[in-house]
Formats: sequence, structure tokens, C-alpha cells
Amino acid sequence: MKVVGLGLALQAAVLALATTTAGLAEERGGRPGFEAKVEYCKTCHGLSGEGYRGYYAMPRLAGQQPKYIENQLRAFIERRRVNPVMFNVAHVLTPTTLAALTTHFHELNPPPLGAAPRENIGLGRTIFEQGLPESNVAACSACHGPDAKGHEEIPRLAGQLYPYTVKSLTYWSKERGQGGQRDDTSAIMVVTTHNLTPAQISAIASYLAYLR
Amino acid sequence: MKRKRAALTLLAVAALAEAPALAQEQLPVRNCAWCHGPSAQGSGAAPRIAGQRASYIEKELLEFREHARDNPASKQYMWGATARLSPQAAHDFAQYYSALPAQPAEDGDGSLVESGKLIYEQGVPDANVVSCIVCHGPRGEGFDAIPRLGGMSYAYIKGRLEQWTKGYDASAHPMPIVSSKLSAADIEALASYVSFLK
Repeated sequence: MKVVGLGLALQAAVLALATTTAGLAEERGGRPGFEAKVEYCKTCHGLSGEGYRGYYAMPRLAGQQPKYIENQLRAFIERRRVNPVMFNVAHVLTPTTLAALTTHFHELNPPPLGAAPRENIGLGRTIFEQGLPESNVAACSACHGPDAKGHEEIPRLAGQLYPYTVKSLTYWSKERGQGGQRDDTSAIMVVTTHNLTPAQISAIASYLAYLR
Repeated sequence: MKRKRAALTLLAVAALAEAPALAQEQLPVRNCAWCHGPSAQGSGAAPRIAGQRASYIEKELLEFREHARDNPASKQYMWGATARLSPQAAHDFAQYYSALPAQPAEDGDGSLVESGKLIYEQGVPDANVVSCIVCHGPRGEGFDAIPRLGGMSYAYIKGRLEQWTKGYDASAHPMPIVSSKLSAADIEALASYVSFLK
């Protein structure tokens, strides 16, 4: 009951914020609404949502599962996923804009950026398709799909930026699932990430970085 | 007299910085020093190039040569300066200057540092202003061909951001989009913050 109340209050707060601030972009001569927001996302995530390598790696959003994006934006707001920049970004999205954005990015399909070491792609593919039985690592494909396109809340991994995947798998439990007792699907990945060596993580990230 | 001193300083700095021997002996770095200063810390419209990221310097030099970077001062000074620059020389200049020590300009408005830091680190999501930190780094250190900003002069950063909003250097994606969302006050604050950042 309390959780539901909090959720509603949060939604109301987000809505209120969005309503009071919607005018600011227009006030400054920017384009209103959805179009401006798409441009805003793409400034960092690439003109076709292909991702961008700045000081930090900004993940590919193209082809991403709408449910996953929505879920993660909520995780940023609820601080289950730690990211100060995305916390602020997520706050200004209205539910309508959010839905339109996730559909928009899902439909994009630029080629992957690549730019990953190539020497261990083979190992990455083996781990992705078969897992590592001796280390209790399940095949990634079991959940993320044989083509790594994801499904519902399970993200697409194909074409993801190498440094982003490496960072995600390396610091998984420091960044994700920070909500204490709260249910968070990211918990599924904790065991897997703990059982991978840095070399194995690099191999998986390389394989995914070139996958179309 | 002044010239001689400048040249001596340049030699001293070059020796300290342990830049590639080839650069010291064969690169006409004195030509750059007239505007960028004997220790390459910049002056007026000429930015600090000491300690700038090598891949950025190299890319910019080639863009001056190709006239892709067409800011007023670029057109006036750098187009001519790079007209006969070979790719190898651009590379060598980049190696040389990136190895020199950089000093922060610290010439912005100190009272704007706090608001500038906020925009730099978080952007202004309501106004679709993205944060600078994601590409340029927490200390303004840059990455690969993304330039180092920490300690660049207030006037240079302000000028660049304003010029992007006016259509100059349009190929420098994503900076034209980023700048177009900034208010005059945002630019003042950012340029001030960056000048103190190190």
C-alpha cells in the first residue's frame, strides 16, 4: 500500500515538474515537445541512436526494447540505478513523450559502431551462445535471445558499445539494483557478473560490439 | 629583445616538456608562438594549445586547412597558417603541443562558477541542454579527439559557444546542437566555470 502511494506521489511529482518546465525549452527558442526531446537524446546517444564514445560511453539506444528503456528511466528516477546525469534527464520526460521516444529508438537500425578489440570475438561468441558451465555462467542467449535483440524488459545487446558493456558487467552491483528490498530485475545479472573474469567480459563485449 | 626572450622561453619549455626530438628541431613552432604565446598558453582569440589532446589538435589543423572550421579568427589566421600544412606536420605539431604543460586561465567570473558547474555536470534537462561532463570529463580533460576544456580562457570558450549558435564550424557535431540550446547566461556561467576547472 505504502509502495503504491509512493509510486503515485512520484508520478504526480514527475508530471507536475514536466508541466511547469515544459515551457522553458520553448521560451528559449527551442522546438517544442517530442521533436526537441528526440534531438536532445540524440545529442549524446548519436544521431541514429548508435551510441557515442565521449569521456563516458553513451549506450546505443537504436533497436532497444521499449520496455527496457522505460524501466531503466524509472530506475534512474528511483535511484535503483545510479547515474546523476540520467537521473536529471529522466525527470523531465512526460509519460506520453517517454512512450513516443522508446518507440522511436526501437525502430532505428544503424550499423554498430564496432571499435572493439577483435582478437577474442570467438570466445565472446562461445560464452554468449553456450555460457561457461564450469563457472556457473548461463548462456547470454538464453535470455537476451540468439540474435541478442532482447525481449520486453530484457535489453538488446547487439551493437552495444564495447566500453559500455565492459563497464556495465564490471561494476554491475555498484550501479544497478540499489533499491534495497525493492524488486529489481537487474538482480538476475549479479551472479553472472561476479563469475566472469575481466578477459571473459572483454570477449563478450567485443562480440556484441560488432553484432548487427 | 622581447622576441629573443620569447624564443628562449619557448626553447626552455620545449626542452622541459620532452616533446619528440624531431619536433623540437624541425617544426616551425615559432610561427605558432606569435599568437598562442611562447609557452602556448593562448592569448585573446588564440586558444591555449599547450596540453591540448593530440588527436584534437591534429583534427583541427586539418579542418583549418580544409576550411571546415570557419570561425572568424580561424579564417583570418589559421586558414593561411595551415594552407600548406602536410598531414605529417599536423601530426607532429599535435604531438609537440599536447606534451607541453597547461596552466588554467582562471579569468572567468568567480561568482558564476557554481551555476556553471551545475550546467557542466547536469545540463539543463528542462531546456534540452545536455551536460558537458559526459563527453569532456569531470575535470574537462577531454577524450580522444574531444578537446580538453579545463582551464581554457573565458573569452575563448564564450566565443566558441556563441559562434556555434551563429552557424560557424557547423560540422563539429554535436556542438552546434548543444550550443543552440544555451542561453546567454548559460554561456557566461559555463565559460567562467571552465576557466577555473583543472
